[in-house]
Amino acid sequence: MTDVQALALAPPQPAPSAARLGKLSAYFGTPGNTIISIASIVAIVFVAKLAIGWLFIDAVFSGNGEACKGVGGACWPFVAQKLRYMLFGFYPYDEQWRPLSALLLLFGACLFSMMPRFWSRGLLIAWIVVILPVLYILMAGGVFGLTPVATSNWGGLPLSFMLSFVGLTLALPLGIVLALARASNLPAIRVLAVGFIEIVRGVPLISILFMATVMLPLFMPDGVTIDKLLRAQVAIILFASAYIAEIVRGGLQDVPAGQVEAGKSLGLHYWQVMRKIVLPQALKKVIPPMVGLFIGFFQDTTLVTIVGLVDFLDTVRSAIRDPGWQGIAVLEGYLVAAAVYFTFSALMGAYSRFLEKHFRTTHA
Amino acid sequence: MAFLHDMRFRAYFYQIVAIGFVALIGWTMFSTASGNLAKQNIATGFDFLTRPAGFVITESAIAFEQTDTVGRAILVGIANTVKVSLLAAIFGTVLGLGVGIARLSHNPLLARLALVYVELLRNVPLLLYLFLWYSLIILILPPVKQALHLLPGVYLSNSGLVVPAALVESGGLALLACLLGGAVAALVIRIISTRRRVTTGQSNHGGLIALAVLVLPALLLWLANGVAVSWDFPTAGKFRLTGGLHVRPEFVALLFGLALSVSANVAEIVRAGIQAVNKGQWEASAALGLSRGKAMRLVVLPQALRIIIPPLTNTYLTVFKNSSLAIAIGYPDLVMVSNTVMNQTGQAIETIAIFMGVYLTLSIAISLLMNWYNAHVALRER
Repeated sequence: MTDVQALALAPPQPAPSAARLGKLSAYFGTPGNTIISIASIVAIVFVAKLAIGWLFIDAVFSGNGEACKGVGGACWPFVAQKLRYMLFGFYPYDEQWRPLSALLLLFGACLFSMMPRFWSRGLLIAWIVVILPVLYILMAGGVFGLTPVATSNWGGLPLSFMLSFVGLTLALPLGIVLALARASNLPAIRVLAVGFIEIVRGVPLISILFMATVMLPLFMPDGVTIDKLLRAQVAIILFASAYIAEIVRGGLQDVPAGQVEAGKSLGLHYWQVMRKIVLPQALKKVIPPMVGLFIGFFQDTTLVTIVGLVDFLDTVRSAIRDPGWQGIAVLEGYLVAAAVYFTFSALMGAYSRFLEKHFRTTHA
Repeated sequence: MAFLHDMRFRAYFYQIVAIGFVALIGWTMFSTASGNLAKQNIATGFDFLTRPAGFVITESAIAFEQTDTVGRAILVGIANTVKVSLLAAIFGTVLGLGVGIARLSHNPLLARLALVYVELLRNVPLLLYLFLWYSLIILILPPVKQALHLLPGVYLSNSGLVVPAALVESGGLALLACLLGGAVAALVIRIISTRRRVTTGQSNHGGLIALAVLVLPALLLWLANGVAVSWDFPTAGKFRLTGGLHVRPEFVALLFGLALSVSANVAEIVRAGIQAVNKGQWEASAALGLSRGKAMRLVVLPQALRIIIPPLTNTYLTVFKNSSLAIAIGYPDLVMVSNTVMNQTGQAIETIAIFMGVYLTLSIAISLLMNWYNAHVALRER
C-alpha cells in the first residue's frame, strides 16, 4: 500500500534529453527522422518553387492565345476569357443570370439545410416541393415571362450540381423504401429489393448511363421520347438509391429490436412503427456516411460527359480544345476544374467530420 | 370482410402486387422493345458473336486479328479490363500501404504530406485525373517522328513506350516447369520452417532457403543454355515504329490514374485499421523489446488486417468498376469494345446485357474470394 502511494507521489522522472529540444525533436529526434524531414522539406520547396514559377513568375496575364504560345507559365487570359463558358456552357449569354441565381439559391438552401437545428421532415418536403421546382423554373423558363431554354442548352457547373443534388434528394426516399423492403419479412419483396440493389451495385455507373441513353429509347412506345438530361438524371437516381439503401440498412440494423417490439405492443402498425420510431433513429445515424456518399456522387456526375451531356468537366474540356487556345492551356483548364471539384468536396468532407463530432457530443 | 385484417392474407396480397407490378413493367418493356426492333430492322439474339469483328483493337492482352469473331473481341475487352484493374489494385495497394503508414508517422511533416496526398486524390474526380494524365503524356512527349531514343531499341514518344520484346523460342516449357516446381517446393519449405519456428521458438532461415529453391533451378536452366530467347527490336519507320513491345499512353494513363485512386483509398483504410488496434498492443510490443517497425509488422498489422479486409474488398470492387472509365481516354476495355460492337450491330440490348453480366459475375467472384480470405484471417473465437 505504501509502495503504491510512494510511486504515485514520486516526483516526475526527468524527461529524456531529446524532449528538451522541444518541438524540434519530432522532426530531428533520430537519424531516420532527420532524413525524412530533410527529404520532405526538399520536396515541399521544390514543388512550391515550381508552382510559384508557373502560377506567377512565368505566367502570362494579358493577351490572347498567341501571347501564351511557347510560354512556360500559366495562361491567365484563357481562364479569364473562358470562365463564363466553363461555368454555364451553351446557356444563352443574356440569360446567364438565371443559372447563376439558381446556383446561388442552391448554395443558400444547402447552407441552411446543413445546420442540424433546422432538420425536420418539413425540410425534405420543402426541398422536393419548393426548392427543386423553383430551380427548374429558373433554368427552364417558359413561365413568369422567362424565355424557355431547352435542356440541351443547359451546361456547366449548374448542370453538375443539379445532377448530383436532384439525384440524391430524389434517391433518398427511394433508397429508404428499398432498405425497408430489404429488411421486410415478406420474402418476395425482400428478393426483389436484394436483386435490384445487388445488380445496381455490381455494375459500373457508366453501364447504367449507357442503358439510359442507348437502350431506354428502344423500350419506349412510338413517338415517346424522353429528354436526354432526364434520362441521365433517372439513371443517377436509380444508381444512388441502391447505395443509399445499403447505408440506410446499416442504420436500421443499429436500431435495437426492442424498439420495434415496443412500438408493436403499443398497437402501432408497421408503417407507424417505421415512421415514428425506427426511421428517425436510423436516419440520424446514417447522415455522416450519407455526406461521404454525396461527395462520391458529386464527383461521379462527371461520367455524364461520356454519354454526351455538357457538365462542368465537359465545358472545361471543350474550352481547352477551342481552336484559339488548342494545346496551349490544357493544364490551366484542368487545374481550374480540379480546384472547383476539390473545394466543394473538401468542404463537404469537413462538414461530414463536423457532423460526426456533433453526434458524438450531443447524443442527438 | 374479416380476411382484410388477416396479417397472412395481407402479406400474400402485398407480395403478389409487387411481383405483378414488376412483371407488368418487364412485359410492357419487352413487347414495346421487340416491336421497335422489328420496325427498325435490328436483329435479335446472340448470332452476332460468331460473325467476324472487322475492327482493330489497339491493345490486346490476348491475340486478336481483325478477322476474329465479335465474341473474341469481347473476350479481349474482358482480358484488358482484368489486366488493368489487377495491376492497378496491386500497385495501388503497395503504394497505399506506405502512404497509410506515413499518415501515422511520428514525424509531423511526413504525416501532413501523406494527408495532402490523400486529400488531393480523394477530392478530385477520377475522370478528371484520367483526362489530365492522358493529355500531359500527349503534350509533354514528342511525336513519334521525333521519338526519344533512350537506349538501343527503347523509344519514348507521345504514342507510347516501345521496348524490345523477348520471344522465347525453345525451352519455354522447361522454364515454366522449373518455376512452378520451385514455387511449390518453396511453399512447402516455408510452411515447414514456420511450423518449426513456432514449436521451437527459434528463428531459422526458412525464408531464404525458400527463395533460393524458387529462383535457383530456373537460373541454372538459363545459364545452361536451356532456354533460347530472341529479341524483337523495334525499327523506326517513317511514320511509326514497328515491332517490339508497345506500352500505349492510354494504358499508362489509365493504370496510373486507377492505381493512385486505389492508393488513396487504401491509405485511409490502412490508417483507420491501424488506429483501431488497441494501444496496449504497441506498449506490450515495446515492453518485449520489439522495435517500432517490428511491432508494426509482427503485432499490429496482422491484427489491423482483420479490420482492413472488408473495406479493402469494396475498394477492389470499385477499381474494377472504375476501369470502365477507360472509354473516356480510348483504352479498349470491355465497355469500349462493347460500345464499338453496339455501334456496328445496333444490338444494344444484347451487348449491354453481356457486359453488365460480365461485371456482375466478376464482382460477385471478387466478393466471394475476399470473403473467403476474410474468413481465413478472421479471429477464431473459442
